[in-house]
Amino acid sequence: MKFTEEHEWLRVEDDLVVVGITEHASEQLGDIVFVELPEEGTEVSKDDEVVVIESVKAASDILAPLDGEIVEVNEAIVNDPGKVNEDPLGDGWFFKMKVEDLSVLDDLMDEAAYKDFIG
Amino acid sequence: MGDLERTVFYDLHVELGAKMVPFAGYEMPVQYPMGVMKEHLHTREQAGLFDVSHMGQVILRGAGAAGALESLVPVSILGLAEGRQRYALFTDEDGGILDDLMVANRGDHLFLVVNAACKAADVAHMQAKIGAACEIEVITDRALLALQGPKAEAALSALVPQAADMRFMDVAILPSDFGDLWISRSGYTGEDGYEISVADDQAVAFARALLALEGVAPIGLGARDSLRLEAGLCLYGNDIDTTTSPVEAALEWAIQKIRRTGGERAGGFPGAERILAELDNGAARRRVGLLPEGRAPMRAGTKLFADEAADTPIGEITSGAFGPSIGRPMSMGYVPTELAAEGTRLFAEVRGKRLPATVSAMPFRPSTYKR
Repeated sequence: MKFTEEHEWLRVEDDLVVVGITEHASEQLGDIVFVELPEEGTEVSKDDEVVVIESVKAASDILAPLDGEIVEVNEAIVNDPGKVNEDPLGDGWFFKMKVEDLSVLDDLMDEAAYKDFIG
Repeated sequence: MGDLERTVFYDLHVELGAKMVPFAGYEMPVQYPMGVMKEHLHTREQAGLFDVSHMGQVILRGAGAAGALESLVPVSILGLAEGRQRYALFTDEDGGILDDLMVANRGDHLFLVVNAACKAADVAHMQAKIGAACEIEVITDRALLALQGPKAEAALSALVPQAADMRFMDVAILPSDFGDLWISRSGYTGEDGYEISVADDQAVAFARALLALEGVAPIGLGARDSLRLEAGLCLYGNDIDTTTSPVEAALEWAIQKIRRTGGERAGGFPGAERILAELDNGAARRRVGLLPEGRAPMRAGTKLFADEAADTPIGEITSGAFGPSIGRPMSMGYVPTELAAEGTRLFAEVRGKRLPATVSAMPFRPSTYKR
C-alpha cells in the first residue's frame, strides 16, 4: 500500500489502483456524513478535485492522486458515509483508477514513510 | 491559544480526551473521543453532560428589577412567577436582537443566563439602561453545567432527589453535597434535562460525581450544535443577531400578549415600534427550517434561490448540519415571507450546483421536555 501527502492510500488490485483515505485522515475529519463521487469513465489529472466529502465539521475535497481514468466508484459509501470512518482502508474505499503506468506509484510514500509524515 | 479563557473544567476536559477549540473567547471541548455523532445520539438516548460555564450568569436585585428588565426585553418579566424561568431577548432601538437569554424569578431576585460572546456587552447595556433601578451582580465564582437527555432526571436526582419534582422551566436552589446548586429544568438540546450552576470550588467534584452515574457521558460543542439545530433552536450570532428582528426570527412565541399592542404593558422596550408593527402585520422575511432533498449538508452562508435558474438569491442559510437523530441533513435560514410556507421547494447553491430543499416545520425532531 502507498500513501500521498493528501492522506490518501493507493493499492493495486487487478491492474487497477484502488484509492481511499487513511485512518489518520478519517480521524481528523470526524464522522463523515456525505460523499459525492465522480462519474465512472471520467478522465482525471493528478490533483483534480474528484470527490467531495463532508464530515460533521466541514467539507473537504479529495484530489486525484494520479493521472488516469475513474473506472469504478464505491456507491456503498454514498448511501452509508459512516463506512469511511468504520473501515477507511477496506469497505470505505472511494474509487478505482486505470493508470497508464503503474510504476508512478513507486514515487509515493510507503507505510513507514507515511507514519513519519504524520508524526 | 493565547488570551483565551478557561473554565474550571479545563483539566477535566483534557483528562477525558477532549479536543479543545477556541469558542467565544474560551478554550472549549468541541468533542471527546466518542465523536460528535455518537455524542449526539448518546444525549438523545441516555444523558449528556455539557460544560456551559463560558455563559454569563447575572443576578438582578431590588424591588424594581423585574420592571427595569422589562424595559429592555419584549417579554413579560413582571408576570414571571416565582420559581419559574422563561426565554427572553435583549432588543435594540432598531428592533434587532442584541442577545437571547434565560430569565428566572428566584423570589427576591432575578437570575439571568446570557451568551458567552455577548456577556460583556449585555452587562454594560444593563448597567447603562437599568443600573440605577436595580443592583446588577455578575457571578464570577460559579460554573454552569447542562445535563440533558432521558436519563438526566435519574442521574441528577441520585445526587439531589428534589430535582425529580421539577417541571420544564422550573428553577430551584437545592442543597447538595456540592453546596447549593442553582438548578433549572431546561437546556438547549430539545431534551428533558437541567442546567446547574455550581460553586467553582465544588464544580469538578460535582461533574465527576455526575459522570460516574449510569448513562452520563461528557458531550462537546459539536454535538451541542447539532442537538440544538434538530430542536429548531437559534444560535446567537448565526441565526439571530442585530440584523434580525424577533418576528423575522419566528420568535413571536417569546413575546407574551401583555407586551403586544392592546396588552396592559404593551411596548416599552427598545425597537417596540418596529416589533409591534411586525407582530400585527408580519415581517418581510422569516426564519424557516429547510430539509435538503439529498444528503449534502447545506451550511451557514449557503445562498437560497426561488428556482434552479434564478440569478438573484432570495435568502441565505444561517445554520446547517447533518442531523444524527433524523438521519439526514437539516438547515435553517431566512426567506421572503411569501416563500416561508411549509412545503415550499427552494434551491440552495452548494459547490456551484442548485440543490433542492423544502421548507419544513421545526423542531426537526420532536422535543421531549417534561411539562
